[in-house]
Amino acid sequence: MERAAVLGRLTWRLAEVAEIVPETARAATLVFEVDGWPGHRAGQHVDVRLTAEDGYQAQRSYSIASAPGEPHVRLTVERLDDGEVSPYLVGELRPGDRIEIRGPVGGYFVWEPGGGEPVLLVAGGSGVVPLAAMLRRRIETGDRTPMKLLYSSRAPEDVIYAAELDRLDGLDGVDVIHTFTRSQPDGWSGYVRRIDEAMLAAVAWPASQGARAFVCGPTRLVESVADGLLAVGYGPAAVRTERFGPTGGEG
Amino acid sequence: MSMDDDRRLDGNAAAGLLGEIFAVDLTAARCCCGGCGATEQLAAEAVYAAGPGTVMRCVHCGHAMAVVVHGGGRYWLGVSGMTWLEIPEPAPA
Repeated sequence: MERAAVLGRLTWRLAEVAEIVPETARAATLVFEVDGWPGHRAGQHVDVRLTAEDGYQAQRSYSIASAPGEPHVRLTVERLDDGEVSPYLVGELRPGDRIEIRGPVGGYFVWEPGGGEPVLLVAGGSGVVPLAAMLRRRIETGDRTPMKLLYSSRAPEDVIYAAELDRLDGLDGVDVIHTFTRSQPDGWSGYVRRIDEAMLAAVAWPASQGARAFVCGPTRLVESVADGLLAVGYGPAAVRTERFGPTGGEG
Repeated sequence: MSMDDDRRLDGNAAAGLLGEIFAVDLTAARCCCGGCGATEQLAAEAVYAAGPGTVMRCVHCGHAMAVVVHGGGRYWLGVSGMTWLEIPEPAPA
């Protein structure tokens, strides 16, 4: 069993927005300066707390997008129209504003370099965020773990980190495979359907290689992918899942 | 009971709340359902956080394993629905 991270007392810290980077029409990356940030592991998340002038507070979890070695803490947030927190974070927040965050939290959905076994990352929508942190961790440490990212999006314009993922695809030991469920780029010859068992059988590392999988996305995708991975031979302990809450939840 | 509604999260989402109470990361702990006996890491169990309390249900049978309510300067923690927790020792600092 993986060892739990040592946690000090979990305290709220002020995080100042240094920069906001649009990713898609609905998602943006918030780049924060956080005083006393204790560091994190790839895949962990933070809680974000907003306080209104009348004292009302709302709190959500968001996955950390940045790799542990980066100078800033970055969160990529997708705006949910009926959300309470995400429309503020993506739309109202400006550089220089400060919000409260605490963390990092979560020692389960975490990848550390050095294991050697090939890793399959499976993302639905903004579920790509913690998986991108794992890819970035691999790159920044020079780790050689073979990694494949299978990423399901509705349309090409919904792909978060599109340019970066294009750049990473084909690097030694990194493959990025997209599937587009509603509309595709012109001339697209790749996958055009939801991730299913046949797709996993074609894309996933053979379970016999000791492969591990991290799956993050909406509940339906996570469950069908987890079932599909079991069907292609992955043991339950080789598959770690995170349902959408931490990257959006109720918004 | 349907567990497939939109409000369903998983144990990862309870990490912050549990971190307010416990010194170790319980999401990495393995727990045993008092209803069906299935074991999972806490992060993989179903969590509902939209109500006045946070409820953790067995991802296999839906049995309510634990409830946390926070308010009035206190935490109430109900764990009658699980039989045991196996908590990994924290890594040395």
